[in-house]
Amino acid sequence: MIQAVETNHDAGDVATAAGHGAGATSRTIHVRVLRQDAPGQESYWERHAIPYEPNMNVISILQRIAATARAEDGRSVAPVAWDCNCLEEVCGSCTMLVNGRTRMACTALVDRLLEDNSEEIELRPMSKFPVVRDLVVDRRRVFRGLERVEAWVPVDGSYDHGPGPRISPEDQEDAYPLSTCMSCGCCLEACPQYTKIEVVQREGESAEAFDARRKAAFDRGFVGAHAISQAMLFNAHPTGRMIADERLAALTGEGGIQMCGNAQNCVAVCPKHIPLTRSIARAGRAATVWAIKKLFDR
Amino acid sequence: MAQPRVLVIGGGLAGLAATMRLAESGTDVDLVSLVPVKRSHSACAQGGINSVNALTRQQGDNEWKHFDDTVYGGDFLQHQPPVKEMADWGPRIIDLMDRLGVPFNRTPEGFRDQRRFGGTLYKRTAFAGATTGQQLLYALDEQVRRYEVSGRVKKWEFWDFLEPVLDASGRCRGAVCQDLVTMQFRAFPADAVVLATGGCGLVYGRSTMSMVCTGSAVSRAYQAGAWYGNGEFIQVHPTAIPGADKLRLMSESARGEGGRVWVPRKPQDPRDPREIPEAERCYFLEERYPKYGNLVPRDIATREIFDICTTDGLSVEKDRLCVYLDLTHLSREMLDRKLGGILEIYEKFQGVDPRVVPMKIFPAVHYSMGGLWVDYQKSSSGGLEEGDPKNQQTSIPGLYAIGECDYQYHGANRLGANSLLSCIFSGLFCAPSVIASGAAVRKTSAEESSRLFDASLRRQEARHESLLARRGGNENPYDLHQQLGGLMTRVATVVRRNEQLAAAYDEVCGLEERWQRCSLSDTGNWTNQNVVFTKSLGDMFPIAKLILKGALLRDECRGAHYKPSTAMPGIAATDPVEQRREAEEWCDRFEANTRKWLKSTIAKHGADGHPQISYEDIDTSLIPPRPRLYGLVGGDVIEEVWRERQRAAGQAGETSPQPVAAGA
Repeated sequence: MIQAVETNHDAGDVATAAGHGAGATSRTIHVRVLRQDAPGQESYWERHAIPYEPNMNVISILQRIAATARAEDGRSVAPVAWDCNCLEEVCGSCTMLVNGRTRMACTALVDRLLEDNSEEIELRPMSKFPVVRDLVVDRRRVFRGLERVEAWVPVDGSYDHGPGPRISPEDQEDAYPLSTCMSCGCCLEACPQYTKIEVVQREGESAEAFDARRKAAFDRGFVGAHAISQAMLFNAHPTGRMIADERLAALTGEGGIQMCGNAQNCVAVCPKHIPLTRSIARAGRAATVWAIKKLFDR
Repeated sequence: MAQPRVLVIGGGLAGLAATMRLAESGTDVDLVSLVPVKRSHSACAQGGINSVNALTRQQGDNEWKHFDDTVYGGDFLQHQPPVKEMADWGPRIIDLMDRLGVPFNRTPEGFRDQRRFGGTLYKRTAFAGATTGQQLLYALDEQVRRYEVSGRVKKWEFWDFLEPVLDASGRCRGAVCQDLVTMQFRAFPADAVVLATGGCGLVYGRSTMSMVCTGSAVSRAYQAGAWYGNGEFIQVHPTAIPGADKLRLMSESARGEGGRVWVPRKPQDPRDPREIPEAERCYFLEERYPKYGNLVPRDIATREIFDICTTDGLSVEKDRLCVYLDLTHLSREMLDRKLGGILEIYEKFQGVDPRVVPMKIFPAVHYSMGGLWVDYQKSSSGGLEEGDPKNQQTSIPGLYAIGECDYQYHGANRLGANSLLSCIFSGLFCAPSVIASGAAVRKTSAEESSRLFDASLRRQEARHESLLARRGGNENPYDLHQQLGGLMTRVATVVRRNEQLAAAYDEVCGLEERWQRCSLSDTGNWTNQNVVFTKSLGDMFPIAKLILKGALLRDECRGAHYKPSTAMPGIAATDPVEQRREAEEWCDRFEANTRKWLKSTIAKHGADGHPQISYEDIDTSLIPPRPRLYGLVGGDVIEEVWRERQRAAGQAGETSPQPVAAGA
């Protein structure tokens, strides 16, 4: 939420000297942002005009908007709020809809976007999460999903017990891509079954009561592809699988894997190319086996 | 007795490791972070984490050598007991992270694979693809989530630490923080407060650091009286990808896996790099440092890349400085398996496949070796006394600092893949110390506590309101930040000169003055990123000033701090007698310099807003300081003279098993 902004680039020593060789042209980039001042308020479009520079990304556009704080028509406006942190697509912060497509803003390169549509770039907040302000949305449901499937290795504790289990290179190569999930929420935004859940604090309701009510609401909704994939990651780990049944119970409960409509949008939009549909297929098979086993164990 | 409660600020590797250990010990933890902790800057660490391991051990490696490489690479500017303790913990920490499920790369037999990193001759670095930091962070995030579910940990994500709250005796009793969504303030009473808030790269404008790395939390502690150590030591990473919004790291592991750095011998050779024959390429690191090659310590690699571009004029491009980092001779399968993550970053942002075309890279600000001064209690075996309340405690009792925001482990230059270790180590290790410290104050009454916090809350509310109410100012905080960053990058990175540093100090004071006249473009009280940034910018100036003043006063070259006017060139003579004489002189000068400058820089925030600089002796009781001779001309002669002197002084061989010269 801290937004540092670079307005233009002088030639310093170290890496600032390695700025951009090509001089800026006088082209203008037109940007249309869907804004919303706070939860529960009406959203509205606002247009911005930004001088073109080579090698920009959507983050640098938002930085320019923050620095000038003027709309295209010259009005002073509050800077557009947005989330970002690492700017190298590894933290999962800056998810938004760029020209209608859910993606990370840091890797949305302006030159590419202009190739597709030279008229304008459109920025909208994710639609499956409550808007906090402008492009900032509340994604705590994503993390709640990880709690639901107990996405962790249930170790005894952090004291020394020697090394972890031996793992074959094949198993590591299978697990690693799943483990690069940065909880960005792209797969959820693209999923037809994942619908928005917005819970509003009631008058006089304590923070704890509100939190509990919100969690309960989340838990009735679809858990989502990212959490299913994490469940499969930990069910494949030699120690993680010691609570495999608990994860399968979660995945077969309310809002579980049966809600998946197999649209396969999730895997198409994942910025990390995580094989989400493979995880979902595995989870489906495991859940079936587990359900039958449970039936016979009764 | 009340239930112990600790406040941890920052949820990267260090903060999460501390939180996990504290929670496991039955302490309640409030964990405050600017971003959801899973999005912390630790995710950006790529290459790996160092520790002695079964394989290197059989090649003659041991914890002592890891310790020795770390202090030698850091030019001896660290107190040695904490570094020894960290190296000793290394194997246990890797084992722990392995148990937590980190998908470390594996050998065909299923053991953890290792690669070599800079500043060592052993393959000590365990790695998970090229996103090791992300993988370690996630493993700790998952464990902390378990404690969150059980109710032991309460996370406060999207919250900003504003000030530590001190009682009349000067002890830290908690902190005041602000909700970045609702902009509300809240007091967090705590038995102790742990800062794990990372580096201060944004003081340099663009760096390899994430946008939360403003240094503001540390600055706030410093302004409240905590001492700052070795501020002038800022690591400039040799290889980064220049960008308009940030400078993206290209991990040292690219060289660890065989990447070669070169420039065309013909300045700005217009040919496709793949068409340039071997003979017309200058592999300058390999030529100048035959022993370490492309894996010399970072400060040296950075200076060489900087020099070949600026002094020798051999930059690949004319308008922007860069050199080639070449992986194209390596197999695509290996590159994908071991470096996939970082090659993807290059490809995504540059639109060029680095498996096919050499990358263009240049140094960028990367890591703060300096940070909050912290204490330690030495043990009889030369390491640390575990659980002593002094360990990792700042000069403010009850306030702790761990991870990149402390100054303790990396001296004048950090070795690659040592930061992940120091973060997890200091996080785990501080927990019993923090608990011991907190036990002393747990009996505070509620009224006493509310009196204390009310004053802090009122002060922070007033600061906030006055920023929002500021009218008529014509300064733009984003412009000021850009000017600060440009200035710091020009004068306080690779090469430092006193006249520039002195002038820059005055300029920073001028910018700070102008900051007082910043006007906000957003005066609302809901998710106001404008006011949050403006506040953190205001807190960057004290850090910038202590960096500049520390650099100005330190008239020597040490690690990342390089002043050409004080450099000690190698041996020029060719005649053996003359060489010998020069080497004697060189050693005399080295000894004199060590006596004068082998000291930690301590900055204290003065009432006038200027840093007061003093120096503290360094505990070098375990490994006597020796010249850092990587690649120095005549290093072998100097080494010989140095060894003779050590023998004469009766201390050779006993405590220093490593050969003195590691260079050519």
